[in-house]
Amino acid sequence: MTLDIAKLVPSLDSRILLKVEGLRKYYRATANRFRRNRGLIHAVDGIDFEVAKDESLGLVGESGCGKTTTGKLLVRLIDPTAGRILLNPGQQQPTDIATLKGKPLKAFRRKVQIIFQDPYESMNPRRTIFDTVAEPLKVQKMGGTLEHLDRVSHMLELVGLTPPSTFLFRYPHELSGGQRQRVAIARALIVEPAFVVADEPTSMLDVSIRTGVMRLMEELAARLGIGYLYITHDLAVARYVCDRIAVMYLGKIVEVGETEELLQRPKHPYTQALLSAVPVPDPTFTRPPVRIKGGVSVPVDPPDQCRFYSRCPLADDFCRDNPHPPLEDKGAGQLAACYKA
Amino acid sequence: MSERPVLAVEDLTMHYSIKAGAVRAVDGVTFSIERGQALGLVGESGSGKSSIAMTLLRLLPDNAQILRGKILLDGVDIVPLSEERMREYRWNRISMIFQAAMNSLNPVYKVGEQIIEALEAHLESAREESIERVRRLYDVVNLDPGLIVRYPHEYSGGMRQRAIIAMALACEPDLIIADEPTTALDVIVQDHILREMRSIQAELDMSMIYISHDMAVIAEVSDVVGVMYAGKIVELGGTADVFHSPIHPYTRSLMSAFPSVTGKKRELGTLTGEPPNLLDPPEGCRFHPRCPYATDVCSNQEPPKVRRGNHWAACWNPQGE
Ligand SMILES: Nc1ncnc2c1ncn2[C@@H]1O[C@H](COP(=O)(O)OP(=O)(O)OP(=O)(O)O)[C@@H](O)[C@H]1O
Ligand SMILES: Nc1ncnc2c1ncn2[C@@H]1O[C@H](COP(=O)(O)OP(=O)(O)OP(=O)(O)O)[C@@H](O)[C@H]1O
Ligand code: SF4
Ligand SMILES: [Mg+2]
Ligand SMILES: [Mg+2]
Repeated sequence: MTLDIAKLVPSLDSRILLKVEGLRKYYRATANRFRRNRGLIHAVDGIDFEVAKDESLGLVGESGCGKTTTGKLLVRLIDPTAGRILLNPGQQQPTDIATLKGKPLKAFRRKVQIIFQDPYESMNPRRTIFDTVAEPLKVQKMGGTLEHLDRVSHMLELVGLTPPSTFLFRYPHELSGGQRQRVAIARALIVEPAFVVADEPTSMLDVSIRTGVMRLMEELAARLGIGYLYITHDLAVARYVCDRIAVMYLGKIVEVGETEELLQRPKHPYTQALLSAVPVPDPTFTRPPVRIKGGVSVPVDPPDQCRFYSRCPLADDFCRDNPHPPLEDKGAGQLAACYKA
Repeated sequence: MSERPVLAVEDLTMHYSIKAGAVRAVDGVTFSIERGQALGLVGESGSGKSSIAMTLLRLLPDNAQILRGKILLDGVDIVPLSEERMREYRWNRISMIFQAAMNSLNPVYKVGEQIIEALEAHLESAREESIERVRRLYDVVNLDPGLIVRYPHEYSGGMRQRAIIAMALACEPDLIIADEPTTALDVIVQDHILREMRSIQAELDMSMIYISHDMAVIAEVSDVVGVMYAGKIVELGGTADVFHSPIHPYTRSLMSAFPSVTGKKRELGTLTGEPPNLLDPPEGCRFHPRCPYATDVCSNQEPPKVRRGNHWAACWNPQGE
C-alpha cells in the first residue's frame, strides 16, 4: 500500500490553489482518405503541474499541442479521459474537479472563469456589451441592475474602454477585435473569481493597452489571490505576466521553470527552438533559421518515444528506442523532459 | 519611380454611423504600395486598421459610408464600382486574411471542401488539380494533409487560422491583405509561414498589406511601415527609418511599450490617458491629450506633415534629428 503524503500532512502547502495529476484528454479521430485507421488523438497526454494562489503559470507551445484543451479541462467545460484536478489540495478535503457533478459542479463553475482565445466564441452577437459583461453577475444573482451598471462601467474603464457610456449599449460587431477581447476580459474578471484560464487574452491588443491589461490582471491576482493559467504564444508577454512557464509539445509538458531562468537558459531543444523563432523588433537584424526539423506533428496514436523525436535536432538512437523521457530537474528547479538536456 | 503602384489610396474617409453619432474610423488616409512591396500597418486597437482593410475590399457593413477619397487598384478607382464589378476584383486581385478569421469557416462543411470551392469559383480548375493544390497549400502553412477532410471544430484555433491563410493564397492575388494573420499561431509556425509568405510574395511579385500590433513581426515582414492613431496614418516610412528614427511621439511610445524576450527586462512604457473616442476625436492633433511633447498649437491646429526623405510624420513637435 502506498501512502498519500498529501493526505497525512494536510497543510503541506496551503498556498497551492490547483494541483493537476496525470491529466489526459483523448478524442477519437475520424477515418478518412488520408488516414485509414481511426486511432486516438492524444490532445492532452498525462500532464502534472501546480498553480499557487496569486500565481500566474504560463502555458506556451505549438498550435494544436493541447493548451486550450488543458484550459477547458481545468474549468470543466469538457470531461477528462483520466487524471485528477485538485482544488485547494492543501486542505483537509480537497475537491477533485475532474469528477464533480450536479450542484457542486455548478458551485465550482462560479469560482472559475475562462477568457476564450476567440472572443467571438463567448459573445452573443445580439446582446449589448452591458448585457455581456453583466451576465456573470446576473447568473450569480449579485445585485440589481443599477449596481450592475455601475460595476460594468467601472470594469470597462479598467480595461480601457472609455468613456464606458459610449460602449455599454453597442453590439459586439460594432467593436474592433481588440475592443472585443477587452470585453471578454472585463466579463471574466467582474465576478472576482478564484481561478482564471486566460486563453491568449491579449493577443489582439496593441502594446499600450496590453501593458494596462497585464497590470490589471496582476493587480487582481495580488489583491484577490487569483491564480491564472495564462495560455499564450507570445513569450515576450509571458515574460512580463507569468511567474513560471510550462512548455507543451504534443500533449506533454516538456519543460517547466521560473520565467527568467527558462527564457534565458532553456534546457529542452523544443524550448530552444521556440525562443529562437521569436521575431526581433529590429528591421536590420536577420534572425538565423530555427533549429527544428520540418514536418507537422500529429497527435494521433503517438509512438512510445519522445514526442519531439521526429523534429528534434539532437535526437539519437537512444531517444528512438526509449519511452518518452520523464520531467526531471535540470538544475535551478527547472524541469525538462529530454535525454540530452 | 515610373511604374504605377499596385494600390494608391488617396484621402480615404470612411465613417460608421451608430446611434450616438458617426465613428470616424478612417479619416483622410493616403498611401500607396508598389508591386512586390509589403506595407506594415501598426497602431492602437480601434485605430481603424481593419476598417481600412474592409474598405479596400469594399466589404463594409450597412452602417458604413465611404465619404471621400479614391482607391486606385492598378489605376482604376474601385470606390464607385458596382458590387458586381467589385466581385471580379475581390479574391482574384485583392484577397484578405481576416482578423480572428478562425470563425469564418463554415462549421458544417469539411475545411478542404471550402478551400476547393473557393478555388473552383475563381479559377475553374479541375477537381484533381484543386485537390493537389490544396495539399500544396497545406504544406505551405504546415498543416497535416489528413486534416483536409476534417471539420472546422476538429481543428485547434491556430489550425483553423492556417487553413484560412491557405484559402487566401489559393487564388494567387496581386494584393493580399493580412489582418493579424499569425496572432493565433505559435512562433515556430509563424516563422515558417512568414518565411513562406515572403517567398511566395517574391515569386509572384505579390504586394501585401500586413496588419499587426506586433512591432517585432512588422519589423521582420515590412518594407514600409504606416503607424495609425485614431483613424489617421500619423507616420509612414521605410521600416528601418521608422524603427530607428521615429518622428512621431506616438510611434516612440509604441516602441518603448513593446516587450522583448531578449536583452535586459526593462520597465515597459505605458501611454497615459484615455484612448481617443472616435465619435468625438480631439481637435488639432488627435494624439495631443496623451502626448508628452504637446504644445498649445497641438490642441487646436491639424499638425503638418514633416518629411525626411521618403519618411514623414504628422506632428508639430517632430522627434529625433
Ligand atoms: N473536439 C475535438 N475533436 C477532435 N479533436 C480535437 C477536438 N478539440 C481539439 N482537438 C484536437 O486536439 C489537439 C489539441 O487542440 P487544442 O485546441 O487544445 O490546441 P491548442 O494548443 O489550444 O492550439 P492553438 O494554439 O492552435 O489554439 C489538436 O490536435 C486538435 O485538433
Ligand atoms: N460596424 C461598426 N459599427 C460602428 N463602429 C465600428 C464598427 N466596426 C468598427 N467600429 C469602430 O471603428 C473603430 C475602428 O475599428 P477597427 O476594427 O478598424 O480597429 P482596428 O485598428 O482594426 O483595431 P484592432 O487592433 O483592435 O483590431 C473602432 O473604434 C470600432 O469601435
Ligand atoms: S529526448 Fe531526444 S528527441 Fe527528445 S527532445 Fe531530447 S534530444 Fe530531442
Ligand atoms: Mg487554443
Ligand atoms: Mg482589427
